[in-house]
Amino acid sequence: MSLRASVSCQELVELASDYLDGTLPPRLSRAVDRHLATCADCPTYVDQLRETVRLLGALRISDVPTDLLDVLERAWTEARDGNR
Amino acid sequence: MTVGERSPVELVCQDLVALLTDYLEGSCDATTTQLLDSHLDGCPDCREYVAQMKAMIEQVGYVPLETLSPGTQQSLVEAFRDFHQSPRPTAP
Amino acid sequence: MDHDLVDPPLLSMPDAELLSRLRDGDEGAFEHIVTAWSPMMLRMARSFVSTQPSAEEVVQDTWLAVIRGLDAFEGRSLLRTWVLGILHNIARTRGAREARSVPWSSIAGDEESALDPSRFEAPGGPWARHWTDDGAPRPWQPSPDALVIASEIRRLLATALARLPEQQRTVVSMRDVSGLSSDEVCDALGITAANQRVLLHRGRTKLRAELEHYYHGHDSRGG
Repeated sequence: MSLRASVSCQELVELASDYLDGTLPPRLSRAVDRHLATCADCPTYVDQLRETVRLLGALRISDVPTDLLDVLERAWTEARDGNR
Repeated sequence: MTVGERSPVELVCQDLVALLTDYLEGSCDATTTQLLDSHLDGCPDCREYVAQMKAMIEQVGYVPLETLSPGTQQSLVEAFRDFHQSPRPTAP
Repeated sequence: MDHDLVDPPLLSMPDAELLSRLRDGDEGAFEHIVTAWSPMMLRMARSFVSTQPSAEEVVQDTWLAVIRGLDAFEGRSLLRTWVLGILHNIARTRGAREARSVPWSSIAGDEESALDPSRFEAPGGPWARHWTDDGAPRPWQPSPDALVIASEIRRLLATALARLPEQQRTVVSMRDVSGLSSDEVCDALGITAANQRVLLHRGRTKLRAELEHYYHGHDSRGG
C-alpha cells in the first residue's frame, strides 16, 4: 500500500460529507479513518458535521444545502486557524 | 472486594474459585485476601486448583498468536522508508 | 511476562530512545515494533471487526497512521499505549461500518458461575460450598517426557484459546499471552476494570478446565 493514499486536513473537509454518508470508495474511506485516528482537530469537525445533520432531522448530508455546508466549513477553518 | 452482604467469618472453596483471578492479581481487599490465605492453608484441594491455574497461565503465555503476512510486514517497512526518504510536507 | 512484547535489547530500551530512533527513520526499530506488536494488535482488531482480512487492514492502517503521526506524538504516554489507541480508534470505526454484531459495549454479566456448581457441596450443610469428593481437582501428573508434554499442552491451549468467546479470547490473549497490564487492556479496549476482570476470569477458568479434561477426562460442564 502506498502513502499516497493519505489525506490532509484540507482534503478531509472536502471529503467529510461523503465519508459520513458512507459513499467514499473504501481506499479513501480508510485514508480518512487513518487521518482521524491521529489528527487532533479533524475528529471535532466530523463530529460537528454529523451533529449538524442530526439536528437538521432525518436529512442525509447530501440534502444539506451547499451554501450551509460552506458556512460551516468556513467557520470551522477560521476557528481552527484562530486557535493556532 | 468481598463476597456476600456481611463480612464472612470464612471463605471456602467455591469462593476461592470465584475470586481466584482477583486474588492472583492482588486486587482483593485485605480482609478477603487474609480469609483466602487461611483457607488455602487448610485446603489441599484448593491449593491444587491454584497451582493448576498458575500452570495454565504460564503455559498459555507461550501460545503463538497469528502474525501479519510477511508481504504486509514488508510493505509497511517500505512505507516507513518512503516516508522518511521523501521530502516531508510541512503543514497538514 | 511479556513473551510477545519484550525482545531484548530493542524493546527494553527507554521509550524516548525508541521514539527518537523511529523519528530518525531507523527501519530496524520500526520493523521490530511491527513484529513485536502486530500479533496482539491483530487479535485486538479481530474483536472489533467481522473478518480476519478486515482485522489485517485495520492493523495496516494503524501502522500507516503511526508512521505519519509519529512527529506529532507528544510522548505523554508510552508509545505502545499511543499505538493501541490509534488501533482502537480505527477498529471501532471500521467495526461500526461493518455493523459487527457484538460490540464491546455489550459484555455479558455474571449470569452463571464459570465452573460447574455441582462440583461444590450444596449450601446449608457442614461442608457447604466446599469441593465435593468427585469435584475436587486432582493433581496433573506430568508425563516422563517434559518436552513432549509442554508442546502438547501449548497446542491444546492454542486450540482452546481460539474457541473461547471472542471477548474472553481477546482479553486472555492481551493479558496472558501478550503480557499487557490490566490498565493497558482496559484503555485499549475501552472497557471497565470490572468487565476486564469478568472476561479474564471466565476465559482462564475455561482454559484450565480444558487442561483438566486433557489430563483426567474430567467433566467440566459450565467451565
